[in-house]
Amino acid sequence: MVLGAVVGSVAAIGAGLAAIGAGIGIGQIGKGAVEGIARQPEAAGEIRTNMIVAAALVEAVALFAVVVALLGNGA
Amino acid sequence: MKRVLVILNFFPKFQKANTVFHTPTHIFAPNFRTGMALRCMKYLLAAAFSLSMVFFSNSSFSQDQHENGEQQAPHEAPAEGEGEFNVTETILEHIKDSHSWHLWGHTSLPLPVILHTDKGFEAFSSAKLMNEHHEPVAYQGNYLYKVVEGKIKIVDEAGTVNEEESKKLLDISITKNVASMFLTVILLLLIFISVANAYKKRGVTSAPKGFQSFIEPIILFVRDEIAKPYLGHKYAKYMPFLLTVFFFIWINNLLGLIPIFPGGSNVSGNIAFTMTLAVFTFIIVNVNGKKDYWKHIFWMPGLPTAMKIFLMPIELLGVFIKPVSLMIRLFANITAGHILVMSLICLIFIFKAVAASAMAVPFAVFINAIELLVAFLQAFIFTMLSALYIGMAIEEHHEHELA
Repeated sequence: MVLGAVVGSVAAIGAGLAAIGAGIGIGQIGKGAVEGIARQPEAAGEIRTNMIVAAALVEAVALFAVVVALLGNGA
Repeated sequence: MKRVLVILNFFPKFQKANTVFHTPTHIFAPNFRTGMALRCMKYLLAAAFSLSMVFFSNSSFSQDQHENGEQQAPHEAPAEGEGEFNVTETILEHIKDSHSWHLWGHTSLPLPVILHTDKGFEAFSSAKLMNEHHEPVAYQGNYLYKVVEGKIKIVDEAGTVNEEESKKLLDISITKNVASMFLTVILLLLIFISVANAYKKRGVTSAPKGFQSFIEPIILFVRDEIAKPYLGHKYAKYMPFLLTVFFFIWINNLLGLIPIFPGGSNVSGNIAFTMTLAVFTFIIVNVNGKKDYWKHIFWMPGLPTAMKIFLMPIELLGVFIKPVSLMIRLFANITAGHILVMSLICLIFIFKAVAASAMAVPFAVFINAIELLVAFLQAFIFTMLSALYIGMAIEEHHEHELA
């Protein structure tokens, strides 16, 4: 019972750390995209598409961690 | 680094494709003419959101009152906990595969159960494994079967699981995921046979018509943005695989987003499903791998010998990590999407207030709309990375490779 509670909270910490990493990553992508659009407004559409693809790749890494956290929580 | 550079150069081509074929469908680039409508939508959304906030604050207030009421009888709370709503259980039940397809309330569509034991094959309806309250009951076939934690096990009269016998049991039932996958296959066949016939009838030079004009830009998108940039002039050989994977994943993702009967199963959020697709990529990459590909794995050119030996196990691991990352990326993205929507809906039951739905439902719809994008994006990324890995394996010239 006590052990279960500890495992649960550790998994939650893992998920939180993953969220921090993904937050930094997606933040960087957003920053880069906004700067790029500010410099070249005519390229906004292309930059936005690239931004979404890159964000999806970053998000996937965070989701790996979420899967591990879920597995850790379930076991 | 290389991947990002490669992504960067696909846009001019995409715009060219759009102008050449005069497609009204803009898959990626937002249509700025709809700006007015978008602005209206924004106000509507803001209004809906603020309205929901009002309702939500009310509901949280009533929640407080409810909690206060409960504090007067603290001893009853743990006893109540047994029959109470369990969020994790509910969500995981919706994520998992099952032997029957839930329609509404206590109605569900029974699916065939096919089992192989040492006494041979047998098939029966999954309705026999369940009573009218959706509780698992034992069914007497060649053995006595019962669903235990979502899996069919062999049990004895008292209902305890016989682990020894259960190990010999091979369950190849048409489960919810399999049935949903059949539906996808039928859809794919309907779409592509009709489109292929249209090309046969009208020829490839005349303008597409009807459904054909919806599918053509997507096929061209896969060809021009995925196959050609990564595979070079040998792209035609891999187009059937890339197109099949792309449309199979996409349609499965979209069906998973439909909450009612023909959809709702979590096929592309099933690790076995994504593993199968990743294994296909793995086989294609390694079967088609040229000399340079294997050389870069086992004896990296242009490095000192000690470094070559050091890099060999790492590169060899990379061969397996690439398909594994493909597998987990798709699985995690789709599962996370389903969990997200389910948790938002579960908020209503956590707060035990209808008013909470004013908050939860718009959010769930919003997440579902984002999932529409993710459904396309993940199909695209899976196909793109498959093409990238195949392209890296079949590449023969390496003037720009060593960095």
